[in-house]
Amino acid sequence: MEKRVTFKGWLLPLCLIAPQVVISAVFFFYPAGQAVWQSLFIPDPFGLSSRFVGLGNFEYLLGDPYYRSAFVTTAIFSTLVTLTAMVPALFLAVLADRLVKSAGVYRTLLIWPYAVAPAVAGVLWLFMFNTRVGVVAWYLGQLGYDWNHVLNQGEAMGLVVVASSWGRISYNFLFFFAALQAVPRSIIEAAAIDGARFWRRFFTIVLPLLSPTTFFLLVVNVVYAFFETFGVIHTITSGGPQQATTILVYKVFSDGFVGQDLGSSAAQSVILLVVVGLLTVVQFKYIEKRVHY
Amino acid sequence: MAREITGMVERRGAGLWLTHLLMIIGVLVIFFPIWLAFVASTVTQPEIVQPPMPLWPGDRFVENYTAALFSGVNVPVLTMLANSMVMAIGIAVGKIIISLLSAFAIVYFRFPARNIFFWLIFLTLMLPVEVRIVPTYEVIAGFGMLNSYSGLIFPLIASATATFLFRQFFLTVPDELAEAARVDGAGAMRFFWDILLPMSRTNVAALFVILFIYGWNQYLWPLLITTDPSMNTIVMGIKQMFPSGDDVADWPVIMATSILAMVPPVVVVISMQKLFIRGLVDSEK
Repeated sequence: MEKRVTFKGWLLPLCLIAPQVVISAVFFFYPAGQAVWQSLFIPDPFGLSSRFVGLGNFEYLLGDPYYRSAFVTTAIFSTLVTLTAMVPALFLAVLADRLVKSAGVYRTLLIWPYAVAPAVAGVLWLFMFNTRVGVVAWYLGQLGYDWNHVLNQGEAMGLVVVASSWGRISYNFLFFFAALQAVPRSIIEAAAIDGARFWRRFFTIVLPLLSPTTFFLLVVNVVYAFFETFGVIHTITSGGPQQATTILVYKVFSDGFVGQDLGSSAAQSVILLVVVGLLTVVQFKYIEKRVHY
Repeated sequence: MAREITGMVERRGAGLWLTHLLMIIGVLVIFFPIWLAFVASTVTQPEIVQPPMPLWPGDRFVENYTAALFSGVNVPVLTMLANSMVMAIGIAVGKIIISLLSAFAIVYFRFPARNIFFWLIFLTLMLPVEVRIVPTYEVIAGFGMLNSYSGLIFPLIASATATFLFRQFFLTVPDELAEAARVDGAGAMRFFWDILLPMSRTNVAALFVILFIYGWNQYLWPLLITTDPSMNTIVMGIKQMFPSGDDVADWPVIMATSILAMVPPVVVVISMQKLFIRGLVDSEK
């Protein structure tokens, strides 16, 4: 789409666009290029020189069992986060949609956690499940369940999943609720006249009509789980125990900044760049499609 | 007739109460972590370290929050709050300004390499800072911008989301307005200030809410570049308050800090709820 009416001149628009272009170039394109460049080298242990290795870093990474396990961990983690964040949100949105008058009040109560930073959410959940003082861990102990996410890999994963999903429930709720409000009442009423009960109406009419929103949220939540959950993992488990919660983004950080393995970290950045690219393509394909709905 | 149908679709009586009940349970479950943090911030350390801690607020509210705000653990929380505020507002305002200008240039002018610039900006649309941390860190270190507000802010305003939002909006502005401005002899910048900017007010406000929360909640970037505690932001500073090793954490102060860390974004979201939801839905389109 283009404007018919435009202003003359070329110096002014170049000046207007310059701040954005300069900032993108310095803080985006240059670092991204650097990541690609560095991924082709291995620096010597003293950081004085580096040796060109071509795709060696990538070859090494793909053969590295730790990196491959980080891939699997990321896949499990993002699937669980997406499900845990979306299913309760849909359930609450369906409930709120039935409460016409008070829906606004519940919405206000439910959007709080969205504003809570992932890292702060991590601290809140860590506090509840802390092995020494955590109130939930203590009550679980009273019930005979010995909670210890510091040692138990499954429990560590469960905790970071729940802490990451918690704020996202609000986010997904808002989108599901808006979509439910947009479902034409006349269709629901027609089905009701035909004798379809609530759950039947929900599964045969409402859920299919929600599919664009559901798909959109699926992509957005996967992106969230991949890239924005660093704070949760860093505050609760720091990737442990035994790397059980080390997702890809966490590994870029721990290899690059803690382990100082710059070549490998850069190669991991490049792989993540590709992942982001693919997710973006999926998202845009979907946006194109949605226009036809 | 209409009323009867409504009656069929929106169940009354027992069903309605059940729905309310389930909803209230849902809200309570979602709320519980915040409630517990608040309770912990109002009791004494011994009450917490001997589980189970109470589930109802104690009387140490003033003491704990004063301790957190004015002395903290490494640095007073007031300092971290101020740093977060500068960072969040800097990111929100910076992004809005540069994207208003570039969207205006892209939509209302024809100039050389316009399409190339457009695609360059487009490419930055979805790349989170998490993915390019090491090289971006080196750039900031090279500029001597570690432990500075500009180091905290600039790398995070290099994203195209806001530009696209304004572009979409500018494209819906009727052509007649620009034409009228031209006929009246108004220059491009005059049109921008007097007509386009006032028309974009709601979009700017909605975007501000979203970007403020985005900036406030940043964790990894401040963690990397603020090694000096007095430059810590509150969201990343909480983790730094935990002692290393086997020392017992000062839970009341840490939880008071957690509550303080969520007050500004929560206030923004709740008080500007309508704008926030609009901004959220728009910026994800």
